[in-house]
Parts: sequence; structure tokens; C-alpha cells
Amino acid sequence: MTEGIFNIPFIAIAALIGISLYIMVVKRNLIKIVMGLAILEAGVNFFIVSLGYRSGGAVPIYTNVPQKLMVLPVPQALTLTSIVIGVSITALMLSMIVLIYRHTGSIDAEKSRKLKG
Amino acid sequence: MQSLVIHSPILAIAVPLLAAFLIPLISKFNSKVRNIVVIAALAFTEFLVLILARDIYATGLHIYTLGASASTLAIPENFMVPVRIILEVDAMSVFMGIISVTVSLAAAIYSISFMKQETGGSKFYTLLLLLTVGMVGMEFTGDLFNMFVFLEILSISGAALAAFRTRFADASEGGFKYIVISAVGALLILFAIGIFYGQYNLLNIAAIAKVMQYTSLDKIALVILIVAFGMKLASVPMHMWAPDTYSVAPAGTSPMIYVASQACLYALFRICFTLFGVTMDTGTIGWIIIMLGVLSMFVGVTVAVQQTDIKRLMAYHAISQSGYMLLGIGVGLAVLADPVALASYGKAAISGGIFHIINNALYKGLLFLTAEALFFSLGTRDLNRMGGMARNMKYTTIFYIIGALAISGIPPFNGFTSKLMIYESVYQFSPLLAIIAMLVSILTLASFTKAFQSAFTGPALPQYGHVTEVPRPMLFGMGILAVLIIFFSLFPSIVVNTIVTPATDALINQAGYISAVMGGL
Repeated sequence: MTEGIFNIPFIAIAALIGISLYIMVVKRNLIKIVMGLAILEAGVNFFIVSLGYRSGGAVPIYTNVPQKLMVLPVPQALTLTSIVIGVSITALMLSMIVLIYRHTGSIDAEKSRKLKG
Repeated sequence: MQSLVIHSPILAIAVPLLAAFLIPLISKFNSKVRNIVVIAALAFTEFLVLILARDIYATGLHIYTLGASASTLAIPENFMVPVRIILEVDAMSVFMGIISVTVSLAAAIYSISFMKQETGGSKFYTLLLLLTVGMVGMEFTGDLFNMFVFLEILSISGAALAAFRTRFADASEGGFKYIVISAVGALLILFAIGIFYGQYNLLNIAAIAKVMQYTSLDKIALVILIVAFGMKLASVPMHMWAPDTYSVAPAGTSPMIYVASQACLYALFRICFTLFGVTMDTGTIGWIIIMLGVLSMFVGVTVAVQQTDIKRLMAYHAISQSGYMLLGIGVGLAVLADPVALASYGKAAISGGIFHIINNALYKGLLFLTAEALFFSLGTRDLNRMGGMARNMKYTTIFYIIGALAISGIPPFNGFTSKLMIYESVYQFSPLLAIIAMLVSILTLASFTKAFQSAFTGPALPQYGHVTEVPRPMLFGMGILAVLIIFFSLFPSIVVNTIVTPATDALINQAGYISAVMGGL
């Protein structure tokens, strides 16, 4: 039973990544593509954090270390880096969408196409 | 001098990174000083990479442990595994580093006069330097997560550069495609890194390679990595972003974005050869990479023949040329587990592929720059609206001819040498693949002849009567690459012996890469 509970995060991760890939492949609205990418990023970050989780572990803050199992700190550091990168990518993408909208008057991926060939 | 050599791996990353953030400050005062600082920073980086290369060819690979008391102390006392970030530079990494920095330097010089007619020059150079940092970092790092971070630096700055000319509607679109592909690719790579971390609790490439089990999870991670890096290096069928992005990227940045995709090619090979090596099923993975290469070569060139936009034409050729590298190195990977075949033709195939990377970076870079020179002078990328430019721009014409002959593999140019190495070795592996490669080469020549005829020959067009040669910095940027092409064409054996063969040996020497970090095996 306890095994099953620990698999729940991984099922959620698979669902998040699946949904995000579906959104990015199917949707044509550029804002929705950005949202799909944000969901993918959340799924991957969630995956990395859940890798480092140890059941019943303490928070890895290194003053007065309790003498018991601790959650791995490395994945959390990785996730923090990844979140920062994700925010900057989202901001850059949204600013590009603003420019595309100004030039073409549409955020539909098909209608705003200038490049062909 | 000796300490400069020891610290050069991190300095080659730190110098352009610091310069990138100094640029906005300096350009508040004087834009001339800013240009000098950019060129000086890149020239110094080039110098660092070259002295590092010289030392690596003499003494073998370098490791640089960040934050350790001694830079070679990979594993701290009382630890079994490396916990710090390690830069691990072998002959292959430094080979790619030389390519990246050289092309960046030429591109930066080329961009000087271009930026006079644009606003936001300080941001342009900041992004350009950051793109260099991303490339060099990806090539020098020995740590998977660090590789992800540098990949993101490369992607963000590359996308921002592609979308730089915001007054054009298509620029943002090309940039947007690039960032979507890059971000998805990078997140997939992070997912694969998570899979490795979950199993081995390690992030260092050498440390993971030592304990690599090739479980089914590792297979999933390998497939994800091949797909993600395949997306980044624009191999068919994941090439859709490349023509759009290359055709809108301003001034000297299309060659840089192209070289950045070569850095991803390097990362793919580092993962195949070093991280997995012979523990994986090299035959199958080798064939997958060969198929990607053949598809890229063939589809790239057949689509390129019908293009009328000169930069899209160049972009499809860039895809096609990447196929040669994938083919050559894929053949080497397919026979990696078979020492006899590896010695008789596998190593030659890898050498051909690696030599093609540097040749291609030079002549493809030069061709992108000539295309941008035409756009700079004429204001159009449409071949049907150009004509007779050989009268007005004679140096650009000469540079174009050098690049076009080299890319088509006409002897004695350097493209011929590396393609011949690929044909000969691939023929022993599978004759059909070699025949396809030759056919692609012929189509390449056809396509460049067409573009030459449309743009440079023919009667003088009245609307372009006022057009003159591009400014001197642009010619100088193109000249650097052209001189290197001619040098590589005249002395191919020197180049192969000094830089290509060590890179090949380093790429297939997995044990050496591992033992440098993990100690004796």
C-alpha cells in the first residue's frame, strides 16, 4: 500500500508531461503553446524534486542537523536553477508573442505565418 | 603563463560572460570603446582556447574542478564520487571550442558596421557574447546538469538574437520557433538527466559512465537525449525551425546559431561515445544516427534546390551538411564495439565527420555572411530580384565562390577533403550510403550554381545601380573565414594530423575520459 502511495507523484508527472506535449502539438494559439511549455516545465521540475524525496526525511537545512534521514538537497538546487531559467524563457516567449501580434494582428500560429517554403 | 593554462578552461567561459555584462555599461559612454572591448574579449578567449589546445595536444586532457583547492582534485577527500562541478576538456572539446570562438570572433567583427544602422547595439553584443559562453560552456563541461544550464544560455541568447530585428514581422516568428524547440528540447534533456540522477545519484558524465548499467530506464533516457539534441541540431525530421530562424537572424549571427547547433551535435556524440560507449547497443544507435544523417542530407538538399530566398537556401544546406557529420560519426559509432572494423574504416569515418564539422563551420559561416552582405546592400533576400551583383560587390563575389566551391566538395577545397574521407570509409561500411552522399554533393553544387547565377551574374539591374561593396569590417569578418578555408584546403594533412586525429582519439577513448575524473580503473 505504501508503495502505491509513493508512485502517485510519478503518475502525476506522466500526466503533466503528456498533457503539455498534447497541448504543444495540437493547439495553434501561441499563448496556449507557452502554457503547454510551462506545464512541461512544471512536470519536469516535479520529477526532479520527487526523485530526491525520502519518506519521513527532514528538511536539508544545515544548522542543528537532526540525526535522522534527510531529503536530498541536490535535486532542490537543480530545480531552483531550472525554475529561474523557465521564468526567463516564458518571459522571452511572451514578449515575442506581443511582437508577432503587433505585426500580424493574430496569435494564431497558422494566420500569423510570414515565413514559408 | 603556466597558471593561465591551468585556469584557461574556466577563463574561456568567464571572460566572455563578464564582458557580456560589462557591455551595456561601457556603451553608455562610447560605442567605439564597446566594439573594441567585444573584439578584445573574444580575441582573448580565442587565445585562451588555443593555448589550452596546445597544452592538451602535448599532455592530454585537462580537468578543472570548480571550488576545489587544486583544480585537478576531482574527488574531494572522504568522498567516493565527484560532488563539485568539473570542467573536463579533451581534444574533442577543445576542437569544438576553437570552432565556436573563431566563428564568434569573425561574426562579431562582421557585425560592427551592421550595428551602425540598428538600435540596441549594446544588447546585441551582450547576447552575442552570451551565445559564445553557452557554446564554450557546453563543450567544456563534464557535468550533465551544467550542460543543461549552458544549453539554456545558448538557447535564450540565440532566440533573442534571431528575433533581434523586431521591425520585421518574420523575425519574431523565427525567434519564437527557435525558443519553443530549444525549450522543449532542453526540458526533455533535463528529464533524461533526472532519470540518470534517480538511478545513480550522480551528475558527472565520467562518474555515470563508470557505473552505467544500460537499464531500460537508461534506454528511455538515451532515446530522449537523441530526440532532444536532434531537434536542436535540426536533423530531419525535426528541422522545421532551422530555415525560419537562420533566415531572420541578423548580421553575423546565423553562422553563430549554426555553430551553436554544432555544439549540440558535440553533446550528442559526447553522450553516445562517452556516457554510454560500448555498454549500449552501438550497432542500433549507430544506425539510428546514420538514418538521421542520411535523411538530413537528402531532404535538406532537395528542398534547398527549389528555394528562392537566399538565406533559406543556405539554411537548408546547413541541414544537409549536418547530415554528413551524422553519417560519418554514426558509422564510427556503429562499429565502435568491433575493434577490427573500427581500425580499418570506423576511425576514418569519425575523422571525416569531425573534419567536416570544422570545414563546414568555416565555409557555411562564410556563405551565411555573404548572404547577409547581399541583404545588407540590396534589402532583399529574394534571388529572383537580385542580379549582376558581381559588378558592384567583387570581394563578396569572390568570398561566395570560395564558400560555394568548398561546400560542393570541389577539389582542392577543404570540403572535398573531408567528404572524400567520409565517402571512402562509409563505402566500406555500406556502398549505398556513400552513393547517396555523393549524389547530395552534386545537388549541392547545382543549387549553389543556381544561386550564384541569380545573384551575381547577368545584366546590371538599374534599381541597384547605387549599390557598392559592403563596409570594411564586414569584408574583414568574411576574410578571416576565407583565409582559414584556403589554409585548410592547401594543407589538409597538417590540419588532420594536428587537430582532427587527436579529437577522434579522444572521442573514442571512453576509458581515458572516465579515469581522468574517477582515478585508475
